[in-house]
Amino acid sequence: MAYSDKVIDHYSNPRNVGTLNKESKAVGTGLVGAPECGDVMRLQIEVGDDNVITDAKFKTFGCGSAIASSSLATEWLKGKTIDEALAIDNMDIVEELALPPVKIHCSVLAEDAIKSAINDYRVKNGLEPVVLEKSHH
Amino acid sequence: MKQPIYLDNNATTPLDPRVLEAMLPYFTEKFGNAASRNHAFGWVAEEGVDYAREQVAKLIGCTEKEIIFTSGATEADNLAIKGVFEMYKEKGNHIITAVTEHKAVLDTCKHLEKNGARVTYLAVKEDGLIDLAELEAAMTPETILVSIMYGNNEIGVIQPVKEISAIAHKHGALFMTDATQAVGKIPVDVNTDGIDLMAFSAHKMYGPKGVGALYVRRKNPRVKVTAQMDGGGHERGMRSGTLNVPGIVGLGKACELCRLEMESEAVRLSALRDRLETTLNKMEESYVNGNTEHRLPHVANISFKYVEGEGLMMAMKDLAVSSGSACTSASLEPSYVLKSLGLSDDLAHSSIRYGLGRFTTEEDIDHAIEITQKAVNHLRELSPLWEMFKEGVDLSKIEWAEH
Repeated sequence: MAYSDKVIDHYSNPRNVGTLNKESKAVGTGLVGAPECGDVMRLQIEVGDDNVITDAKFKTFGCGSAIASSSLATEWLKGKTIDEALAIDNMDIVEELALPPVKIHCSVLAEDAIKSAINDYRVKNGLEPVVLEKSHH
Repeated sequence: MKQPIYLDNNATTPLDPRVLEAMLPYFTEKFGNAASRNHAFGWVAEEGVDYAREQVAKLIGCTEKEIIFTSGATEADNLAIKGVFEMYKEKGNHIITAVTEHKAVLDTCKHLEKNGARVTYLAVKEDGLIDLAELEAAMTPETILVSIMYGNNEIGVIQPVKEISAIAHKHGALFMTDATQAVGKIPVDVNTDGIDLMAFSAHKMYGPKGVGALYVRRKNPRVKVTAQMDGGGHERGMRSGTLNVPGIVGLGKACELCRLEMESEAVRLSALRDRLETTLNKMEESYVNGNTEHRLPHVANISFKYVEGEGLMMAMKDLAVSSGSACTSASLEPSYVLKSLGLSDDLAHSSIRYGLGRFTTEEDIDHAIEITQKAVNHLRELSPLWEMFKEGVDLSKIEWAEH
């Protein structure tokens, strides 16, 4: 299967690889997927006072499209408010990376990782978790 | 050095230039139909086919009359299994095979199950070999065929063919083997191995694609298969269709070259394979899959834990290999062969198969080692699982959100 140039770019030069301090109250961590399924994403956000995401990091076990999806997600997250981040839809990722149908689950996973990181942050700060709306599985 | 490096010789092999040279005249000046009995064009083509039949027969220790040319191993598997089932259905309806067989065998058996066959799929042990006691226990008076592959395409393990055929024969069943990966790579002799039917293909031994053969025993016992294609009654009525003369000539030449060179080639390839495998196995959390004693000389299958196979292949773009990962398949199921060895899904997802071949050099192997090490290390830096493993987190204790 041929990968799109954007997937190859993110895969070859992944943005924002790394780890934030998951104990910090300002950091939300999302860990989604399962090793048995062949992909696991860990996405972390650091949130500033005005609810703006100041930093985002990821590590992903998975195929090229999974790595590219999470790399792209971290790029999009930085500078967004929590509400704006919640609005990121997996189909935006599919479109941006030109993912073929068999790789759509990679984008779903990235969306799940974003929401899961936001919820972790909210719960840590005494807020109700947002209800995860079922994405395009 | 040629880039990318080709180490996927279990998928297909390049055509040996000597094979091409033998084939070329049969596309142009020697273009006749081998079934044309009344003119020189036909005779010349037939001569080419007859000579190829001898070359093939010599490699596997049979007579020329026992070779049925087909379009490849898949057709040969179909013809053997369906043909035996139809020919011997008066005697019984039970077929025994194994879970690690190629799809050409498994799906043929599944097809026959819809037509009244009862099929036993033997499990394999952790090393990929079948348990002979289990085979023995599965034999019934209705068993007409035991079909077990010679060498496995994914992990390279060689089944104890002699012992298997002896058990089949003791119970009055025929023994068929898909030897696609073995013929031309290791000595295969239908008489010492007790083989009644054997499928193999040209393009796995430096011959052309689209041609293969089925060996069908003519003596002790005389085996018959029902034709699966109706037509002109070629190949002793077992496989109709105008013979693919250039392809058959190529298969013959490929067999001859393998017969002459396989002994030294096996020594060379297993040394290269061992070098690759030993070095890569020294990496932390890497595991060699399958029996390492009874196996083909040119195959290594290694899992690099905490790295996903498809992602890994993408990082090794200068290396052509294959993976048991199934990230591309809609089912997301990793290799059924690796899973049947008892490998966990995550290790199956992390596997890479290296298939060496006639044109693999020492330099290629050293380069392949370097590329693999670099890619594995790079992807582990990106892997949350690797980080957790390094921190001493027990991954089996985590509740994963399966998707």
